[in-house]
Amino acid sequence: MKLRVNPIACTGHGVCAELLPELIEPDPWGYPLLADAPVPADLLDLAKRAVAACPTLALLTDDSLVAPPVRRGGRHASRA
Amino acid sequence: MNNAVAIARRGVPRLLAGLSYHHPTDLAEHQRIYGPLPAVGRRFIDVVDASGLTGRGGAGFPTGRKMRSVAVGRGGKVVVANGCEGEPASSKDRLLLTRLPHLVFDGIVTAATAVGAKDAYLCVHEHETYLLERLDCAVAERADPVRITVACVPGRYVASEQSSLVQYLTGGPAKPTYSPPRPHESGVRGRPTLVNNVETLAHLALIARYGDRWFRSAGLLAAPGSMLATVSGAVCRPGVYEIEAGTPIGEAVGSAGGPAEPLQALLVGGYFGAWLPADVACPVPMTHAGLKAVGGALGAGMVIALPASSCLLAETARVVRYLAGETAGQCGPCVFGLPALAEAMAGLAYHGGRGRVLGQLARLLPLVERRGACRHPDGVTQLIRSALRTAAADARRHDQAGPCRGMLREPLLPLPGDA
Repeated sequence: MKLRVNPIACTGHGVCAELLPELIEPDPWGYPLLADAPVPADLLDLAKRAVAACPTLALLTDDSLVAPPVRRGGRHASRA
Repeated sequence: MNNAVAIARRGVPRLLAGLSYHHPTDLAEHQRIYGPLPAVGRRFIDVVDASGLTGRGGAGFPTGRKMRSVAVGRGGKVVVANGCEGEPASSKDRLLLTRLPHLVFDGIVTAATAVGAKDAYLCVHEHETYLLERLDCAVAERADPVRITVACVPGRYVASEQSSLVQYLTGGPAKPTYSPPRPHESGVRGRPTLVNNVETLAHLALIARYGDRWFRSAGLLAAPGSMLATVSGAVCRPGVYEIEAGTPIGEAVGSAGGPAEPLQALLVGGYFGAWLPADVACPVPMTHAGLKAVGGALGAGMVIALPASSCLLAETARVVRYLAGETAGQCGPCVFGLPALAEAMAGLAYHGGRGRVLGQLARLLPLVERRGACRHPDGVTQLIRSALRTAAADARRHDQAGPCRGMLREPLLPLPGDA
């Protein structure tokens, strides 16, 4: 599993960098810089917690889909 | 021998064979020159595959593959023709739309019938009123099997990015969206959507008439066909020229009358492209692969010649400041990073860097790269990196000692509002 961020949704709350400093550090403007490597097994639970805790649902894993601008029958519903 | 046969035989011009210096080409004249448009079906996508046509809007994606991915999607399909020429240094789309509009409409009809779309949109900038008038005249002459709507899009730089167009046509703001889903999966109103540049569609209109083997008879094996290049800057006859794909950049400059004064560097690919030293650039073929190999990009085929007495850094700083203002304002690294880059570049170009700016730029660039939803910030960093590489000695001198005399020259790179 890898982490990614939807840069449009992200507003730089910084929760993820607080919860997962091992993989995420804030840039000079407060937006997350993610480690490019897959999440190590011992951090998986913490990574999932950080994804769930993101106030704008911007932090995603690479297996989560992003909702399109117009939803159609929930096909692309986010399952972050 | 009629004109259509003549086009089918010779090399270039192809798209521009019907271009008149005196008046826009009307439908009757258009059909006399290019021949009637044959009706195509789904099988035409195989022909497009075989032709090797790639997108002429900048990304260079194989058109046949894109059409197929839309055609296999479920539900009604939509075709979007991108005629928003956001690049200030490009004029080819405007030329096609104002002088040869029927070629673009033929292309839209061809693409739409091939992928099975009944709806099509031709997107142009809302402030280009002359162009809109021309298109209204052209639409009035035609009776197409596809419903084509001319859509007016805000004239911002990132409004013509494909996800921006899709979101705008769906009823949202003309701003890029985060992908996936890509337009061919879920585009306008959630339907599979084919977004193509108007030049790409114009090529389709000719492939439908003359076939894939004819298309491949110009250009290179790996990059077939012809392309429209906008050559400007310090050349004798700036303008739009149709060249065979893979023509060396030096020859493209030659077709525009050659350099008007000794050249320092060429900006190839426009503001999403890269600076190349003049001697490096001249033998490089105008293909995506050829330019990538020397650290450049083909973009939508712009070549701007910079004279030796201009300051490359000052020119770049000015464009970066413009591009920083053109952010859609959605992604933090773009909103904060581009103005920081613009300020650093302006410092380097106009005030000298006191030995600190080059290091500052080296720290800032990775903080911006690949961190936006669209490629806008990446275009800016590519431009800056290529400027620092091409004018490396100058950049060091600026950083240590201060600006050069080149910045006293009138700026050369065009920006909207220059008039």
